[in-house]
Amino acid sequence: MATIPSSAKSSTQNQFVGKLSQLPWWLIIIILAGLVLFYNFLSNETYVAILSRLRSGIVLTIVVSLVSYAIALVIGLIVGLGRVSKNPIIYNLATLYVQIVRGVPMLVLIFYIALVLIPPILQLLGVRPGTFDFSFRAVIALAVAYGGFEAETFRAGIQSIGRGQMEAARSLGMSYPQAMRYIILPQAVRRILPPLGNDFISIMKDSSLVSVLGVNDITNIARLYASKYFHYPETYNTLAFMYLAMTLILSLIVKAIENRLAKSSQ
Amino acid sequence: MIEIKNLVKQFGKLQAVDDVSLTVGKGKVVVIIGPSGSGKSTVLRCINHLEVPTSGEIIVDGIVVSQNHKNINAIRAEIGMVFQQFNLFPHLTAIENIMLAQRIVRGRGQDEARKMAMQQLERVGIPEKASAYPSQLSGGQQQRVAIARALAMNPKIMLFDEPTSALDPEMIKEVLDVMMELAKSGMTMICVTHEMGFARNAADEVIFMDHGKIVERNTPEAFFANPNEARAQAFLRQILH
Repeated sequence: MATIPSSAKSSTQNQFVGKLSQLPWWLIIIILAGLVLFYNFLSNETYVAILSRLRSGIVLTIVVSLVSYAIALVIGLIVGLGRVSKNPIIYNLATLYVQIVRGVPMLVLIFYIALVLIPPILQLLGVRPGTFDFSFRAVIALAVAYGGFEAETFRAGIQSIGRGQMEAARSLGMSYPQAMRYIILPQAVRRILPPLGNDFISIMKDSSLVSVLGVNDITNIARLYASKYFHYPETYNTLAFMYLAMTLILSLIVKAIENRLAKSSQ
Repeated sequence: MIEIKNLVKQFGKLQAVDDVSLTVGKGKVVVIIGPSGSGKSTVLRCINHLEVPTSGEIIVDGIVVSQNHKNINAIRAEIGMVFQQFNLFPHLTAIENIMLAQRIVRGRGQDEARKMAMQQLERVGIPEKASAYPSQLSGGQQQRVAIARALAMNPKIMLFDEPTSALDPEMIKEVLDVMMELAKSGMTMICVTHEMGFARNAADEVIFMDHGKIVERNTPEAFFANPNEARAQAFLRQILH
């Protein structure tokens, strides 16, 4: 039997298949899974119980992420400027910080900062370590950890601005701080908004690590609940999906910002 | 106005500027020409301390620039510089480019700075482009904004580092016209350029550099008509076609 040549397939069929392959299937699959889960939230008792438990931790997760990130950005800007400084003391301190913080795993770093570094500082300030909420320690630990990464992002942004900009600014009589503030940083920050956005998504995921300090974020609530009631699949399905929902929304926002920036820089 | 004495600038092993001495009187226009790598841009950049001299002295309006690190910003405000790559600030409009240094370096108020900025934009011929961003301007317009930006600081001298080398040929004239007007108005200028026409018409002195040294210096008439040095002759033969 002769094989049917592929050109016998009609072109409209090809077009349809072509269009079908353009759809964002990854998103469709995730949304479908979400719908299944959603259905369970409405009907399944187990899921309903889990959801109401986890809901109380969402605010903490979001707040921890936001506050840590805000502090990390401030640290990042300062240390990033230090990393491009010509002053050997400033440069070395900044580089030391970045190397250590980027070289130790996030989990270990959080333990270290919360349990090794913070207590002596608290004693110095006269605060009894027992009363210092672990949530605060977690926020500081996350902020210090991410500060190192943001510092490198800021540094890359600053260094990506051509030398001519600094030269033009200085030749007009601006001081180095003035040139940084009015010329370099405004341009640099605009450039690094996409990576900064992505790092926020990252810190939101890493906020789950504060659970090891006993902080009652959604991961910790899930862990305790699951190990108590043995509803492992239901609990972790819900937990994973919560994170996925948050990070997906955020990455769509980041993408929108990226597109806006790409358009306006033409 | 500007005195350069025995300037030497080394980059590692490379002797970019090799014992250069020159004087520029007030209101004079000096044009420095020469092949690439001859050190002419480096000399210029030493004057406003963008490059730090290895040895030698540079004195601008009585102030020793080569050592004076503390006041360097104030000194730089008196020396205007125009770059080959324009170096306009892309996140600011043309008029904002011209106003910024006036406000944060000279301390002028918003209205005063704006008035001066518009004056300079008119002087360079593009007042209608005040609200445009650099990306919306042609190369020639950008360079003219850059010149206006430097002039708005009321500098005592203007340095031009190959201002037309990055421009399309049709736009070179508009920039050179601005520079001519500036020269005629009595500004002290040092220009590094390949534009021989400008050198002939505007310069009080032409300096030819090669391999970091000054090979010949003369009035433009004398230099272009009859260069003394063989190297200068060879260069002119290549350039003037």
